Amino acid sequence: MSTAAKMSATTPLLEVRDLVQRYTLPRESLLRSPGEVLALNGVSLSLMAGQSLGIVGESGSGKSTLARLIMALEKPSSGSVLMAGRDLHCVSADELRRARREFQMVFQDPYGSLDPRQTVARIVAEPLTALENPDRETLRVRVASVLRQVGLRDADIDKYPHEFSGGQRQRIAIARALITQPKLIVADEPVSALDVSVQAQVLNLMQDLQEQFGLSYVLISHDLAVVDYLCDEVAVMYLGRIVERGRPEDLFGQCAHPYTRALLDAVPQAQAGAVRRRRQSVAIASQSFGSAGCAYAPRCPLADAHCREVAPALRALTAHHSAACHKAESVMALPPLVSEPHQPLVSKPL
Amino acid sequence: MMAADAPLLDVADLGIQLTTSRGPAKAVREVSFTLRRGETLGIVGESGCGKSITALALLGLLPDSADVSGSIRLDGRELVGLADADYCKLRGNRISMIFQEPMTALNPMHTIGHQVAEPLLRHTGCSATEAKRQAIALLDRVGLPDPARRYDAYPHQFSGGQRQRVTIAMALACSPDVLIADEPTTALDVTIQRQILDLIADLVAERGMAMILISHDLGVIAENVQRMIVMYGGTVVESGTTDAVFSRMGHPYTQGLFRARPRLGARRGTRLATIAGTVPELADLPAGCPFADRCTLVVDACRAALPSLSEIGAGHGVRCIRTDAALSRDPAGVIA
Repeated sequence: MSTAAKMSATTPLLEVRDLVQRYTLPRESLLRSPGEVLALNGVSLSLMAGQSLGIVGESGSGKSTLARLIMALEKPSSGSVLMAGRDLHCVSADELRRARREFQMVFQDPYGSLDPRQTVARIVAEPLTALENPDRETLRVRVASVLRQVGLRDADIDKYPHEFSGGQRQRIAIARALITQPKLIVADEPVSALDVSVQAQVLNLMQDLQEQFGLSYVLISHDLAVVDYLCDEVAVMYLGRIVERGRPEDLFGQCAHPYTRALLDAVPQAQAGAVRRRRQSVAIASQSFGSAGCAYAPRCPLADAHCREVAPALRALTAHHSAACHKAESVMALPPLVSEPHQPLVSKPL
Repeated sequence: MMAADAPLLDVADLGIQLTTSRGPAKAVREVSFTLRRGETLGIVGESGCGKSITALALLGLLPDSADVSGSIRLDGRELVGLADADYCKLRGNRISMIFQEPMTALNPMHTIGHQVAEPLLRHTGCSATEAKRQAIALLDRVGLPDPARRYDAYPHQFSGGQRQRVTIAMALACSPDVLIADEPTTALDVTIQRQILDLIADLVAERGMAMILISHDLGVIAENVQRMIVMYGGTVVESGTTDAVFSRMGHPYTQGLFRARPRLGARRGTRLATIAGTVPELADLPAGCPFADRCTLVVDACRAALPSLSEIGAGHGVRCIRTDAALSRDPAGVIA
């Protein structure tokens, strides 16, 4: 592949530079101009081939908008997305279509993302038929082999989506993403619609496929443990900005942004004697609200006058860890959150 | 008048058979539990294990074709076989439910005020003005900002967390004795989940209600209920106080659920312990233990008959003939 050949070891597979996306709200009054939502407010990140990036944050933090821009499904208001050094939003439509071989997407809801009237063969083959025009026989061979890779049987090829369980459907969705042999898979909440035991199967599969094909994932999830399990690096988003990024062990072990800490603190602990820890309920800030200071300040227990006046920039704390908080050092110095100990299930016989 | 310690809700040997295109399906069998006033009970399990159908049976919302056996007693009154007109007087009044998806549980064509006031008008016979006053007070109690002004707003004008607050206000309108919350926070973010669960816990304590919390999230169960039952294949496989179950999981399925969760701090590269296979179809359940086909400890006797619930501690029952083997599994191996 020409792009692969051109790609040197130092060019990131994916580079996002200062991405801004604005959406216009519906007009509420004839006299006023319509409001705007700043869904992404200057997001920059890069991802090397074979590495995985996790993106966490609440709904409305801009995670899915970022995914749509990385997938070149929308044009950004400003900023650029570079896939192996090439700006996806500056290439011709035809070139973009061919470039899509390199990056594919897995959606959240395996019930909504598969056309109920198409057979598995047709669903899985679609990205390939859109790129080249393979004959029927090659296509079936390719589909069968990719289905085997995701743990489905050859016999499943002519079935319809309703004949499968949720976990199997998500495997079909992953097979559809894999068939073009992409380098990057953007997965938007791939396991949140699945049951716990099935979720583990799909996460293990995603990990196996990564080892086998050297895939990169951009994994969007609200579940911090899922991101921790699958990713080399994590970015925490809040109201369209990355507020903290780093390796999962740094980020979850010693978080430097109060928002990350709040997210970690909110995860319920599955253990005996788990006492409810109360938190103050906090008003959710709105995105269209433009203020000078830190966007998290209204919810932050540590915020002071300086935070409300000057927006903090993302700054490096260690080589692999950066946070956008004036008080990052004092957040890191806070006592660690009570994490779930690796307690033995079988404590002692009665 | 019932004695003070008599259970508020007593479910004994509940069985539900549904007619499906693939023949009769035993959706629920041999489910028994009791609930006292002020108590909280969690039901945990994957989809298709019979959690929600049990909840619907309590509310008398099963399809007409469903065949219900056993008994459900509310304050000593038998609910199985109750006429629909009588059930209507209970539903939303003495037993009410918070549904999983606030968007589908609310009617998009009615204002939220109308929907919260509806159970009040229906059950308490108060005037429209009084219902409105009470509805505004309820919306204020569940933390909806500026309820008087937003009384006439429609569901789409609220965020997911706010909509769930509205459905909680609806469920609480008539101060029910039993509140059933079916996955109330599954559609919400973790931080909002925390707020909603705190709110439900406050209201349950404040009004002395009994609560049944249905969830697939072991963490939510551990933090929010006193007792729990684990359901699989339409039956209770483990039950006990939350502390007892979490410190000593006796059923291989409970252990499997616990191990399959990705946990923070588990190093990358470690594999998640999966439970092989999938939840069995309720239409063709195996003859013996429903978990037998997915269990690593299975022996021939498991497939012979449904094991009975045996006690492994005070009030801690496990429906498994291999409990001893499950309990003596190497703890390190169970966790890793």
